[in-house]
Order: sequence, then structure tokens, then C-alpha cells
Amino acid sequence: MSIVTVQLGQCGNQVGHELFDLLCSDAQQGQRKLYSTASCERFFHQTAHGELVARAVLVDMEPKVINQSISRAVKGGRWRYGESSHFSQKQGSGNNWANGYCVHGPRHRDVVEELVRREVERCDRLAGLMAMMSVAGGTGSGVGTYVTQCLRDIYPKSFILNHLTWPYGTGEVIVQNYNSVLTLAHLYQLSDAILVHENDTVHRICSQLLNIKHISFSDVNRVIAHQLGSIMQPALTADSHGVYSRNPLGELVSALTCHPEYKLLSVCTIPQMSSSSIAYSAFSWPGLLKHLRQMLISNTKMEEGIDWQVRPPAGSERTRSLTGPSFNTSLANLLILRGKDVYSAETGGFEDPALYTSWLPSEEAFNLWKSPVPFNKYEKSATLVSNSQALLRPLDNMVGKAWNMFASRAYIHQYIKFGISEEDFLDSFTSLEQVISSYSQLC
Amino acid sequence: MTQSVVVQVGQCGNQVGCRFWDLALREHAHVNKKGLYDEALSSFFRNVDSRKSDGGACGIGGRIQHLKARAVLVDMEEGVVNEILQGPLREVFDSTQLLTDVSGSGNNWAVGHMTYGSAYREQIVDKLRKAVEHCDCLQCFFLIHSMGGGTGSGLGTRVLSLLEEEFPEVCRIVTSIYPSAEDDVITSPYNSVLAMRELTEHADCVLPIENQSLVDIVDKIKRMSHSGKPGLVIKRDSTIISGQGGLSGAEKPFDAMNNIVANLLLNITSSARFEGSLNMDLNEIAMNLVPFPRLHYLVPSLTPLYTLADVSVPTRRLDQMFSDAFSKDHQLIRADPKHSLYLACALMVRGNAQVSDLRRNIERLKPSLPFVSWNQEGWKTGLCSVPPVGHSHSLLALANNTCVKPTFMELRDRFTKLYRKKAHLHHYLQVEGMEQSFFSEATNSLSSLIEEYHHLDATKGRLMPDAPRLSIAR
Ligand SMILES: Nc1nc2c(ncn2[C@@H]2O[C@H](COP(=O)(O)OP(=O)(O)OP(=O)(O)O)[C@@H](O)[C@H]2O)c(=O)[nH]1
Ligand SMILES: Nc1nc2c(ncn2[C@@H]2O[C@H](COP(=O)(O)OP(=O)(O)OP(=O)(O)O)[C@@H](O)[C@H]2O)c(=O)[nH]1
Ligand SMILES: [Mg+2]
Ligand SMILES: [Mg+2]
Repeated sequence: MSIVTVQLGQCGNQVGHELFDLLCSDAQQGQRKLYSTASCERFFHQTAHGELVARAVLVDMEPKVINQSISRAVKGGRWRYGESSHFSQKQGSGNNWANGYCVHGPRHRDVVEELVRREVERCDRLAGLMAMMSVAGGTGSGVGTYVTQCLRDIYPKSFILNHLTWPYGTGEVIVQNYNSVLTLAHLYQLSDAILVHENDTVHRICSQLLNIKHISFSDVNRVIAHQLGSIMQPALTADSHGVYSRNPLGELVSALTCHPEYKLLSVCTIPQMSSSSIAYSAFSWPGLLKHLRQMLISNTKMEEGIDWQVRPPAGSERTRSLTGPSFNTSLANLLILRGKDVYSAETGGFEDPALYTSWLPSEEAFNLWKSPVPFNKYEKSATLVSNSQALLRPLDNMVGKAWNMFASRAYIHQYIKFGISEEDFLDSFTSLEQVISSYSQLC
Repeated sequence: MTQSVVVQVGQCGNQVGCRFWDLALREHAHVNKKGLYDEALSSFFRNVDSRKSDGGACGIGGRIQHLKARAVLVDMEEGVVNEILQGPLREVFDSTQLLTDVSGSGNNWAVGHMTYGSAYREQIVDKLRKAVEHCDCLQCFFLIHSMGGGTGSGLGTRVLSLLEEEFPEVCRIVTSIYPSAEDDVITSPYNSVLAMRELTEHADCVLPIENQSLVDIVDKIKRMSHSGKPGLVIKRDSTIISGQGGLSGAEKPFDAMNNIVANLLLNITSSARFEGSLNMDLNEIAMNLVPFPRLHYLVPSLTPLYTLADVSVPTRRLDQMFSDAFSKDHQLIRADPKHSLYLACALMVRGNAQVSDLRRNIERLKPSLPFVSWNQEGWKTGLCSVPPVGHSHSLLALANNTCVKPTFMELRDRFTKLYRKKAHLHHYLQVEGMEQSFFSEATNSLSSLIEEYHHLDATKGRLMPDAPRLSIAR
């Protein structure tokens, strides 16, 4: 089964390019026919000449980024984008969600839908759609939300995953919190699952784990691509009976988002290190999994500065204090292990009911995928996709800052100009406060 | 890609504009090695094949034939424009893009705004429309003018409201040169205050620039380059006041000052013209920097102002560039943003710099910069991969900061001094269409603007509690 990706805006198109590059190079490493075939079917189609063409649609409201992504893929020589599967305009959405959602989205609806439809028709079977974008700008966030809405209408039964890049906390777009709030509130009604990467976290991984001195967006995007790839590449699931699972999106969604109030997924992967260090490091599954589990419960998003003091609450504490301030309660977790000796890995630590809310049995809350094929140069690698309180604090910050700005009505005139009213803002705030409240009451 | 049209009005507007076109050509010649007319060039230039009978434009990707500036030149005397037409830039302009009269506005806003504004209205609109027709996606008008004279200030602001009337969708960014206190135009406070009201009401963004600041920067650079300390050699073509490598030869009095303004315009548009890992389009400027419609005065600062010839410690130099952008002597108005209140701030970086350089410097500088309570992280950043000619990197900071207030207050004081004595008032009132109420309305407008900045200033340093959050019924 195949996944059709829609890359939107500068971020979506830059991250998307990095993702396909990684998927392709990972699939082509070594002699692993089945893995490679399954991966290629998922993300690429092959032309009569044997060229790999990404199952992707590129959308931006300005031409520069898309042109660059297309020509970079061509230069790389291993895969490329479809000749006519991109759409760009001349002038971006100016970091204005309303401009993207109310103006550009509707204006170009037909073209974009047609591009996606063509890509979907090329798939023997469609596993689902993935829309990739940032939430801070205008095109990815606004047009991205609009396009997600259209796709939801056209493909009511397909799985739709949104991959979102959250902005640096210290700001790069001044209205980023407004755009984020509007995007998230709308996507929450449309999407099956919302997978989030925070730029701050990924940036720290680049500097502290990968030791990169001058971190560029490409570096950041390679880390995101690595984590996404380790989720998306073929793996064996509990009931796939020894063959690679057919529907990664569907299984991801059913493993993690069983309740419509809880759709926010965070990711962490270990190990992550500079390629020069990999050669000198040996990993054991118990060691990796012990770290990963502690990262989960202490909500540390990378393998550095893990707080080992945090423990799951004992049964009696649970009801009394809700959850302790530092303990991260999960609704559901999906653990994906790839590499050598994967069948010997002991994952019992993740099945502990104390990690999960009381209202979901831990057999349902925990899922495990495995693949014996080493992923992207790592002999062993473990990725955890988590529907937990991990994103609660950044979400709360985002909403809080946007609300402060809204209280003084700063910048609102820019949105009103394109047809978004103060009431629309209030609706979005209300629905996100609801999400915040739901996640904070997980126990 | 989008296009912009430059509208230059009056002596100052045209002289600054002229420097802009010269340096823009230099920059594109430097980047564009193939001699092909590319998207980047198309943002400010048309490519015209004079052999075609219709003088038709050639498309993107073809060879460069004749580059024509997307500009409209307006002056109510002939001197400056004629000089341009005899100079090396004459090829860049068509006679159809020019509009001149003979006698000037005599440093009288009313003559420019009322008399010439009414007489030339149709012709101006006509020329603007022609320029607009040549664009397939017009994004922005750049109006360049001075505040102190009659034509730039009076007719220039008349053109501004015509732009709003005729092309309401297109962003209007105004570069306004403010007179220094010792300006030889006696009526400059009248002209400036009358013009200010128009700017406040009709512009999307105004980039205020004080001539005194330009003079100070030019003096400083000249001092540095003559100091002759060993190891402190400044490369000639890498100072921001240099026109080397451009078409024009001998430098005229205002050239060094005007080159600074021209560089400002090049940098502000660089991210719209060239690629980068974090693009910043022109429509993002107002969106990010203008929280309330009238408060759209953005204080520019440019760094580096010069480059030392020895390129020893690149990272330190990069960080120095960020620090300098916030120092007093790099601002294009005489103001101290660090000790006033930031409403918002944009950092537009060109050249060899990455997102980590931005993050590091923002983290480093943030504690020393006061931001308004509801915009504590009020940063907008852009990364354009193409540096300016002669530099490895550069930074343009645009600050929406209450530090403009003293400049405006000083202007109001100078205005009041004249107005109290009714000095020169009759020159204005005898102009048809001009009324005394214009003066009082203009000062009221300025005063209320000052008051708005003042209110914001008063919140500085005060701990503002977070707005109580919406509560959710469970
Ligand atoms: N991780 C990552 N983040 C990016 C990248 N490019 C942009 N961003 C982030 O995306 C946000 C800005 O949104 P963009 O994607 O540039 O905006 P856009 O969707 O193109 O929308 P407009 O330009 O406003 O039309 C900021 O938070 C940036 O940090 C990238 O390549 N990688
Ligand atoms: N920076 C700079 N300032 C200039 C230049 N030319 C004139 N000025 C300033 O502009 C103000 C005078 O306005 P001008 O632009 O000369 O006047 P004008 O718009 O042509 O109007 P009239 O001459 O009255 O018709 C004074 O403050 C001058 O110092 C220039 O080339 N560069
Ligand atoms: Mg963009
Ligand atoms: Mg003049």
C-alpha cells in the first residue's frame, strides 16, 4: 500500500525533500529485497525506465523553495519528484494564516485536488495521506489546513496524518502563535493524527547529540527525516504474521489515537549521534530501551540530561495527586525497533500499566513494531511515538502567548482583512483550551 | 516571483533612487554570471528588446537585452532628472516613466500636494498604471522621498494616497528622509508634519531615516578608513557608502549618504529576489512588524557598515554584526532602541549564516532588549543566501520601537516654534485648496501618534500579568 504526501509551504517542502531522500537511501542500502520493495512501493512509483518518482505533491504560494527541492532531488540522482506534481504561485501567504486559509486555499483548491487525485490514482492501494507543513507561516499553516479539509471531504475513509513543525519558542515569525492556534484548532477536527516536531528540540539534538557547530535547516530536517523514516519504513506488527505491515498510517492511527480528544503525537528516537561516533559505539537493547523508557516518563525528548529521579506513581498516589508534576502520563505508545537481534529485545518496561491512564488497558495502550533491518546506518535503533502529555507544555505556552497578544488585540486587523473574525479566534482558543484540559487531566 | 515598482519623488527621492538603481545593477551583475534575464532580475527590471517594433518585453530565461527599471520618476523641476538622463543610468529609464515640471514646489508642501497634485493627477496615475501593467505579480510599491522640501513631501504623499486609491491590494513601503535640525529649508518642519499625517494614514510601512544619522555614519566610515592603522585596512568596495563597481563614476555630495539608503532597499528586498533557507517576502514585513495599523514606523539599522580587509575570526565578526545592529550608531535615525520599548523586530540576514547563528544571537541579545509584554518573543527572521557585493554577510534590522517618539516630538517642537509666530504661513494658505485646518489636523495626528507610543512606553519595565485564560466548562 502507498502513502501520498503533500508538502506545503517552505518548511513542508524542505522537510519533505529530506524525508524522501532518506527513505530512498535507506531502502537502497544493502541486499534487502523485501524491505526495499515494500518501502519503494510505499513512497515511490517507478517509471518505465526504472526511475523512482516520489508519491508527493508539492504546494507553495511562492516558487523559490519548490524549484530548489525539485532540482536538488534531480541533482541527487537517485529519485525525483513527478514532472507535473507541483503547484506554486508567485507570492507567498505573508505569514498570514487567514490569507492562506481564506484566500489562497479556496482559489487554488481545484488544481491542488487534481494533483493529489492523480497521485492517488497511481497507487494500487492507498494507505493514506500525509500533509507536511509548519504551523508558523501562512502557506503551510493556512493553505495546509484548507487542503487537509478538502482531502477530508474527498477521501472521507482514508487516513490523514498531519506532520507539523512547531516553531522555535523564541520566535521567527511574530504571529507564529496565532497561526499555530488557528492551525491546530482546525486540524483537530479534520486529522486522524497530528505528529509534531518542535524545532527547539530538534535543534538541541543537532547541537548536543550530533555535535553540529553551524546548524542549518538541512541539519534540522535530516533529524526530522530520520525520526519520521524510522516510523514509516516497513516493519512487522503484532498481527502482520511475519510480513511487512500493509498499512503503516492506519496502524499508526489505530495504535495511538483511539480517542478524538487526544491526537497529538510526539516522537523520540535513540540513538542519535554523529556518524563518526557511530563506528565506535556499541548498543544493547536493554540499555537503549531503559533510556528510552526514562525519556518517556520524564518527558525528555532526547538522550541527554535525562532525569532518572522520575518514577511512575504508585497505585495509591495516583488518585490523590493526579500525576506528579514531572511524570509524563501516556495515553498510548508505539515502540518501533529496528536492527540486529531485534527479536531478543525485552519491552516489558513499556507495558507497565503505571505508565498509562487508568481507563485504557495497557495491552491496548502499547504497541510494538519490529524490523530486523538496520535503519539508516544505525545497527540498532528505537523510536517511540507517544500520545502523552509530552506536548502539553509547549502547547500551553503557545496558546498562552497567543492569548496575551489577543488580549491587546495586536495584529488582529491583519486577519480581519482576509475574513477571520475575533469570534473565529475565540472559537479556536476555546477548542485548544479543551485539548489542554483533556491532556492535563490524563491520569 | 513578484515585482516591485519604485516611485521616486522630488530631488532627494530621485537622487536616492538613482543610487539604488546603480547598486541594484551592480548586485545583479555580480550574482548573475550567465547574462540571462532571471526571476531575480525581473523583480526590479524589465528586459526589453528594442528591435521588436512594439518594444516588447522578453520573457524569463532569455538573454538580457535592455534592462529597464520598474520605476516612475517624478520631480517638479527638471535639474535632477535631466542629470540622470545624461548620466550612465539613462539607458535604464524611458521617457514615458518620467514626469517633470520646471519650477519646483519651492519647499512648500501645499504647492506639491495641492497644486501639482491636482494638475498632474491623471498623468501620474497613467504612468503608475503603465508600470503596473508590465508586472505579472506586483507585490509592493517603494516610495522614496524627503520630508523637508515641497515636491517629495507634498506631491510624494499625494502619490501615496493615489497608490492606495488605485491599487489598494499592493503593499506601500515608504522610505522617508527626515531633515536634520540644521536643515537649510526653513519650512521643513511644516512640510514634515503635514507629510507625517499622510504617512500615518496611507502607508503600510514607513522607514524613517534622518539625514543627520546618514551624515554621522559617513563621517565615521571616512574617519576609520583614513585612520590607517595597520591591520585595520578597510576594503574600499565593501563599505556601505561606496558605489564602486557601479556605473556611476565621480561621486556627488549626497552620494555616500544615499548609498546607505540604497543598500537598505537592496537588503529589504533581497529575500524576495534571491533564495534562502528561510525566505522573507515583502508582504511579511507589515504582517510581522505592524501590530496596530498606525504604528507602522520601522527604524532601520544596517550592519556591517564596513568590512575590515583581514578576515580573521568569522564567528566573532558575525556576532559583532548582530550586536552592532542594536547599537545607537548603526541606526538610521538618531535613537536608542535598546533603551526604549520594542513592539517587534525583524532580522534579515544575508550571506553565509545559518539558523544556529540566528538562535545564538537572539538568545544572547534578548535579555538586554525590552519587548512589550504581549510580544516578548517578537522576532521575525529571514535568511537569504546571497550576500551583498563585497561582504560575506550582512544584517538589516527593522525595529518597531518607541524610540521614534523623540524624533517625532522634536519635529513637533520645531513645527510649533514656527507656527506660533505664523511664520511663512501665508505662503501655504494662498495655495488653492490649502486651509489652516490642515495644520491643526496634522499636528493633532502627530500628537496622537506620539501619545500612542507614549502609552506603550509607559508599560515598559512594568510586570504585566498574563491575561486570564479562557476557562472551559467540563
Ligand atoms: N525544521 C524546519 N523548520 C522550518 C524550515 N523552513 C521553515 N521552517 C519553520 O517554518 C516556520 C515558517 O514557516 P514557513 O514554512 O517558512 O512558511 P510558509 O508555509 O512558506 O508560509 P508563507 O511563507 O508565510 O507563505 C518557522 O517556524 C520556521 O522555523 C525547515 O526547512 N525546517
Ligand atoms: N539624503 C539626502 N537628502 C537630500 C538629498 N537631496 C535633498 N535632500 C534633503 O531633502 C530636503 C529637501 O528636499 P528636496 O528633496 O530637495 O526637495 P523637493 O522634494 O525636490 O521639493 P522642492 O525642491 O521644494 O520642489 C532637505 O532636507 C535636504 O537635506 C539627497 O540626495 N539625499
Ligand atoms: Mg514561504
Ligand atoms: Mg526640488
